[in-house]
Amino acid sequence: MVLARPEVDGPTHRRDVRGSAARLGLMVLPVAFFAIFFAWPVASIVERGLRVDGTWRFGGFARTLARPEILDVLWFTLWQALASTALTLLLALPGAYVFARFDFPGKGVLRAVVTVPFVLPTVMVGTAFLALVGRRGLLDELWGVRLDTGVWAILLAHVFFNYAVVVRTVGGLWAQLDPRQEEAARMLGASRWTAWRTVTLPALVPAVGAAALMVFLFTAGSFAVVQILGGPTYSTLETEIYRQTVVRFDLGTAAVLTLVQFAAVGAILAVHARTVRRRETALRLVAPERTARRPRGPGQWTLFGAVLLSIALLIVLPLVVLAERSLDTPEGYGPGYYRALQETDPSGTFLVPLTDTIVNSLQYAVVATGLAVLIGGLAAAALTRRAGRFVRGFDALLMLPLGVSAVTVGFGFLITLDEPPLDLRSSWILVPLAQALVGVPFVVRTMLPVLRAVDDRLREAAAVLGASPLRAWREVDLPLVRRALLIAAGFAFAVSLGEFGATVFIARPDRPTLPVAVARLLGRPGELNYGQAMALSTILMAVCAVSLLLLERLRTDRTSGEF
Amino acid sequence: MNTKKSAAAALVAALGVTTLAACGGSGDTTADAPAPKTVRLVSHDSFNASEEVLAEFERKTGFTIEVVKSGDAGEAVNKEILTKGNPQGDVFFGVDNTLLSRALDNGIFVPYEAKGLDRVPAALRTDAKHRVTPVDSGDICVNYDKKYFADKKLDPPQTFDDLAKPAYKDLLVVENPERSSPGLGFLLGTAARYGDDGWQDYWTRLKANGVKTVDSWELAYNQEFSGSAGGRKAKGDRPLVVSYASSPPVEVLYSEPQPKDAPTGVSTGTCFRQTEFAGLLDGARNPEGGKLLIDFLISKTFQDDMPLQMFVNPVAADATLPELFTRHGVVIDDPQTMTPEEIARNRDEWIKSWSSLVLK
Repeated sequence: MVLARPEVDGPTHRRDVRGSAARLGLMVLPVAFFAIFFAWPVASIVERGLRVDGTWRFGGFARTLARPEILDVLWFTLWQALASTALTLLLALPGAYVFARFDFPGKGVLRAVVTVPFVLPTVMVGTAFLALVGRRGLLDELWGVRLDTGVWAILLAHVFFNYAVVVRTVGGLWAQLDPRQEEAARMLGASRWTAWRTVTLPALVPAVGAAALMVFLFTAGSFAVVQILGGPTYSTLETEIYRQTVVRFDLGTAAVLTLVQFAAVGAILAVHARTVRRRETALRLVAPERTARRPRGPGQWTLFGAVLLSIALLIVLPLVVLAERSLDTPEGYGPGYYRALQETDPSGTFLVPLTDTIVNSLQYAVVATGLAVLIGGLAAAALTRRAGRFVRGFDALLMLPLGVSAVTVGFGFLITLDEPPLDLRSSWILVPLAQALVGVPFVVRTMLPVLRAVDDRLREAAAVLGASPLRAWREVDLPLVRRALLIAAGFAFAVSLGEFGATVFIARPDRPTLPVAVARLLGRPGELNYGQAMALSTILMAVCAVSLLLLERLRTDRTSGEF
Repeated sequence: MNTKKSAAAALVAALGVTTLAACGGSGDTTADAPAPKTVRLVSHDSFNASEEVLAEFERKTGFTIEVVKSGDAGEAVNKEILTKGNPQGDVFFGVDNTLLSRALDNGIFVPYEAKGLDRVPAALRTDAKHRVTPVDSGDICVNYDKKYFADKKLDPPQTFDDLAKPAYKDLLVVENPERSSPGLGFLLGTAARYGDDGWQDYWTRLKANGVKTVDSWELAYNQEFSGSAGGRKAKGDRPLVVSYASSPPVEVLYSEPQPKDAPTGVSTGTCFRQTEFAGLLDGARNPEGGKLLIDFLISKTFQDDMPLQMFVNPVAADATLPELFTRHGVVIDDPQTMTPEEIARNRDEWIKSWSSLVLK
C-alpha cells in the first residue's frame, strides 16, 4: 500500500475487500482440517448407521427417542451438566479473581497445579476421588462424610477437572482489564458493587460465557468420570453412544444419538453466540503484572483464604493421595516403584522402559499443540473481525468436537481415512491429529475474547499508516494476545498429554504414552503394577505442571510498559 | 524486536516447523504402508508377546511384524466389521467365544487351515470351516482373599451355589456384564450352570445376598477387592471378586519380593471358559504372510511365551506351562462353557434382564 493516499472513500472500500479476502485465506486451513478430520468421519459413521442397503431409515428416530431409557439418559445428561457447570463457576470464579487480581508467592506454581487434573487419566481421577470421598476415605474418617459413588461424586469430580478452564479463560482476561476504569467509576460516586457491575462484569461476560460453555460441553460429554463414579446406574449421552456402538454394535441407535448430541450442542452454541456477541466491546487491556497486588483488608484476605482452602481440599488433596500411594511400598515409604519404572518388566510387556513413555507423551503433545495453535490461531484471527453469518457459523462449528463423542469420531476415522494418500489408520500422526481436534476449541475460545477486545481503531490506525494486514496483526494484535496464545497453548498441551480415548487404540504398542501405560498397568493384578501406575501418574502430574510453568515463563522476560 | 517478541516468534516458528514435519511424516507413512515385506497383526489392547519371539518369526519368514492395538476386545471386533474388505491388517487375533458369532456372521475372515492345528484339542476347534483358529483359553472365576477367610476361620466359597449362602453375605463384587468382559463371562457362567429358566432366580438370590456391581474389572479388582495390592491400599472391603484363574500367579509375579504363596485363591466351581481365536482378514494385503502368522500363533514358540505375556493358557498340546502357573495357578477341570451361537442368540436379552433384575 502506498503511504499517503489522498482519496478518502477508495481505500476503505478496498481495505474491506482485501480484509474479507484475507479472512478467507486465513480460514482455508482450519476449514480443511475441520472438514477432513471431523465433519467427514462423523458424517460417514452417521450415514453408516442410518442408511441400510442404500435407503435412509429415519423411522428409527421417533422410536429411539420414545424409549424411556433413552429419555432418562438425555435428562440425566442435561441436568448433571448444568449442575456441574453451575458448581464449577460458583467455586472457580472466585479463584479466577484471586489469580487475576492478587499477587502472592507461588502463584505461578499454584496456577500450574490447578491445571494438573486436566491431564490425569480419568481412571486415576476415579481412584483419587474414591480415596477422598469413598468408603473409609479421608472425609469418611474425619467427618463421616461418605459420597462413595453417585451424583455428588460426579459433580465434585467435574469441578476438580474443570476448575482450570474457568481460572484460565476468565482469569486470563480479568488480569488484563484495566482496574483504573473501575476506580474512575467509583470516583464518580458509584458504589463498589455498582462499579464492578457496570464496568468489570460486562467486560468479563464473554469470557465467563466461553468458560461456561466449555465446562458444559465437557461435562455433558463426560465419559469416564460418569462410568467410574456414577456406578452402573448412571448413563450420559456419551456413555450411551459408547454402549450402543461398542457393546451392542447398534450403529442406527448410535447415529440417532449422535444427531441428538449435534442438535443440542448446536442449540447451545447458537444461544451462546447471541448472548455473548451483544456484549463484546473493545476493552482497555493492560499488562497483567500491573493489575495484581497483595490482598488488602479483612474482606480480601477472607476471600483469598477461602479460595486457597477450596483449592487445597478439592484439587490438591486428591493429587496428594495419588502421590502418597506411589511412595507407599511394602517396605515402607520410599522410591521403590519409581526405581522399578526404569527396569524391564518381568514379562517384557512394555518393549521399552516405562520412563520412555514420558518422552513419547511429550513428543505427541508438542506436535498436537503445534497443530492446535496453528489451526486455532488462524481461525481466531479470521473470526476476529465483525463477520457475516457464514463466518459466525464456522465459529460455532469449531466448538463441535468438544461436544461430540470420541467413539463416533474414532470409528469415523476408520471408515474414511482408509485410502491412500489418507490411510492414516495406523499412522502415528493420527494421535496428535485427534488430540489437536480437542485442542483447537480451547485455542479459539481463549484467544477470541482477547482479540475481539482489541480496539479496531488500532488496526485501522496501523493500516492508515501503511501497515499490511499481516504487519498490522503482528504489531497490534500479537502483542496483546501473546498471553492468551500461551494460555491456549498450555491448554492444548495439557489436553494432549492426558488424552487417552483416542490415543489408546492409535498409539503404536512400542510407543505407549503415559496415560496409556498407566491404564495398562492398572489392567492387571499385582503390587508392582499398581504401584508403578501410581508412580507414572505422579510423574504425569509433575511433567504437566513443569511444562505449564515453562510455558508461563516464556512471558516473564518482557520489558514492562509495553502497552 | 525485544526479547519477548523473539521468544514468541521462536515459539511460533518452532510450532510451524513441527507441524510441517508432522505433515511430511504422515505422507511418508501412508506411502510405504502396504510394503510387501510387512505382515500386520490387529489385536486388542491386551495383546503382548516377547520381543525374541516376534524376532524369531521375522527371522524364519523374512516378514516384519507390525502390531496394531485396536481397543478393548469388543471395540476391536467392531472395528474389523466396520472396515470389512479394507482391513487395518492381515490377521486379527483376539475374538473370543462371546463375540465370535458377530465376527463370523459379518464375514470378516477367509478360511485358512493352520499348519499344526491337529495339536489343538478338537473341543476347541469349533469352526469347521477354519475361518478362525483357536489360540488361547482362559477361565473367568471368582477370586478370594486368602487372608480374610483365614482370619475369619471361614472356608472360601467354591461353587456358584456357595456364593448365594448367608455365610458369604455382602462379600462379592462383580462387573457389569454390559460393560466388562469378565462381567459378561460370569453372567454366561451362571446361565450355563442354571439354564435359561434358573439363572434369573440365582441372581435374585445373589442380590439378596448383597452382591455389589461396578462397571469395570479395574474398579472391582483394584478398588473393591480386599485381596489385591490396589484394593488393600484403597481399603477395599469385598473379599470376593470376579476375575481370572490366572490372577493369583500374576499377583505373585508382580510382587517384590515374590511371596511363597499367592495372596489370593480361585473358587474353582465358579468358572466360565473363554477361548480366543485368530483369523485371516478378508482383503488382507499380505495373505501369504498372514497365513504364516496364524501358523506361528499356534507354534510351540508362541504358545510357550503366551502365559506370562497375556496370562492365558496355551491351546497347543505340546506347549509347556511356566512354573509360575503350575505352582500358583489352578487347573479348572470342569468350567462352564457355551457355544458362540447360543451366546449370540441370547446375549442382549440376558444382559437386559440382568440389568432390570440386578441394577434396578
